Amino acid sequence: MPEFAVELHNVVKQFPGPTGEIVTAVNNVTMQIRDGEFFSMLGPSGCGKTTSLRMIAGFELPTSGEVLIHGKPMGQTPPYQRPVNTVFQSYALFPHMTIGENVAFGLQMKNVARADIGPRVTQALEMVRLPGYEKRRPKQMSGGQQQRVALARALVNRPEVLLLDEPLGALDLKLRKEMQLELKKLQREVGITFIYVTHDQEEALTMSDRIAVMNQGKALQVGQAAEIYERPNCRFVADFIGETNFLDGTVKSQNGREAQVELASGQMASAESEAQLTAGQKVSVAVRPEKVGLGNAGLGNSFQGRVDEVVYIGTDTHFRVRLPGGQSLRARQQNSQSADQPLAQVGDDVTVGFAPAAARVLAE
Amino acid sequence: MSSLQRVRHRENQRGLALISPTLLWMIGLLIIPLILVLITSFGRRDPDGNVIYAFDLSNYIRLTGLSTSQPCGATPAPCFDSLYVTIMWRSLVLAFQTTLLVIVVGYPLAYFVARAPARRRNLLLFLILVPLWTNFVIRVYAWIMILRTQGVLNGLIGAILGLVHIPFTPLSMLYTPGAVLVGMVYEFLPFMILPMFTSLEKIDNSLFEAAADLGANNLRTFLRVTLPLSAPGVVAGTILVFIPVMGTFIVSDILGGSQVILVGNLIQRQFLDARDWAFGSAASIVLMVLTLIVTVIYARRFGFGDEIAF
Repeated sequence: MPEFAVELHNVVKQFPGPTGEIVTAVNNVTMQIRDGEFFSMLGPSGCGKTTSLRMIAGFELPTSGEVLIHGKPMGQTPPYQRPVNTVFQSYALFPHMTIGENVAFGLQMKNVARADIGPRVTQALEMVRLPGYEKRRPKQMSGGQQQRVALARALVNRPEVLLLDEPLGALDLKLRKEMQLELKKLQREVGITFIYVTHDQEEALTMSDRIAVMNQGKALQVGQAAEIYERPNCRFVADFIGETNFLDGTVKSQNGREAQVELASGQMASAESEAQLTAGQKVSVAVRPEKVGLGNAGLGNSFQGRVDEVVYIGTDTHFRVRLPGGQSLRARQQNSQSADQPLAQVGDDVTVGFAPAAARVLAE
Repeated sequence: MSSLQRVRHRENQRGLALISPTLLWMIGLLIIPLILVLITSFGRRDPDGNVIYAFDLSNYIRLTGLSTSQPCGATPAPCFDSLYVTIMWRSLVLAFQTTLLVIVVGYPLAYFVARAPARRRNLLLFLILVPLWTNFVIRVYAWIMILRTQGVLNGLIGAILGLVHIPFTPLSMLYTPGAVLVGMVYEFLPFMILPMFTSLEKIDNSLFEAAADLGANNLRTFLRVTLPLSAPGVVAGTILVFIPVMGTFIVSDILGGSQVILVGNLIQRQFLDARDWAFGSAASIVLMVLTLIVTVIYARRFGFGDEIAF
């Protein structure tokens, strides 16, 4: 068995736009999805994640480039001959069939022996915790139940890869959280490769082994959740996932992984960078608010500033500190001790700082 | 009267006021005339062509062909005259044939229109409806031009066969049951296409993708998903076509001449030519009952289709 369940090699997809111009939905995407992993494609709407998924399913054919499933080039292979199944955003259950008939559909199409279909349908419905629902109609079920039927209908075929197109998008928050954990558990149980498309960063971080962050048809960064959160490789990824401070400046010098950046205010900051930078290059120093310390020096980078906003949100308190030169730095302090008095109040002059290892230099 | 009852009473009154125009229309132009027809059907014709009101079943007996008063042929004894039964059977068969053909011809068309890109869809629907702008009778007359011996169709066939030097005797197509069938199919096609289109267009595209995703090729997707989901449109179209076809007389009159007489023609002639309103009324009642029976059997089996709100 090849190491990769799905590979995209330099895949491009172009559509004719509404006024005849050419729209590039997917722009030279290359990624490799390992066998048995929970892989998410994450990005804002229109970033090309759904189009990429549809090319794996076979609903769209790439304009150029290649899609491989378990090492086999898919070429023009129609959807009904690909070893993948899809869970659609709208569920797409057949309204004229019962739940049992919906789940049995794929098996019938593969000409599975009649005697085997019944038990497998029963088993699939048990797996998604809907035992005995065979005789119901899709209309008689709630959104969450329909969603699970859609999952059973796909998984009953034992596909090599399961494609999920924002399957939790239509559910309310509480149900969505439940289903996230359930999906992750299910994926571990069945051991099938899941490719999951979502615009919800939290969803992707919660469930995925690896995530591809996409924007404007490109896959910007592929990696584990922590990797993407801690070491974003570009401004978009840092900005899209979680909250980030960006301090603009120019590169002064670089010593191995650590670079010295002169901020707009004239102060110096040091931060990490894997990329080779050139002196004078315009960059941003990106640092997460929870990594910004308030009032304590000795973090490597420290600045004087004035607090201009304090927001208490229970678990944390958020501060915004205005630095000389006009830029501001947000800091998040966990309220681990029960303090009636916050660390600082609006108008206080404070020292803020962060460790060079917690900050990244990102090229514009 | 409690206040709740009073509110309800007022609402009932308002409801009655709202439906009263329709109600008056239905009573004045449908129910009362229908009762008059029913009463007339039990009457007799006097020598001047006026109706003598009575309670007499002779018109209905005459329709069954088991007439006791009028001898048929040379034998003076009462016998069975199949004339009217044949006419009714012919009407029924032709209505079935027309409906079936309209489905067969209309479905691919409706499918094609429903699957066309949204912008082209409206143009195609418009093209289907354009013929309806021309008068019904004129449209039927147009078929005379096409079907007659010196007509367009014979001319075309002759020209084609002429190219390969095959001698061709023009076919006589006009005034045959086939000509009537062609005319009926042509006239009633839009009434089948529109509900079928509505049904087909409503099917969510993701259902086709889901079927393909689950391993169904195009044919199996069509048989398992498209066809069952468009069935309500076919059912509705069938009812919209079958009922008027059963009663129509224009198409058979123009394209069938005296060769293809349907119940519609029979009724029309009783009222206008034979001036036997009583017998015409009886034939009308029988036609209604016949149509009703078929429709009810059909509706019990298939429903009325979601496209007609009953």
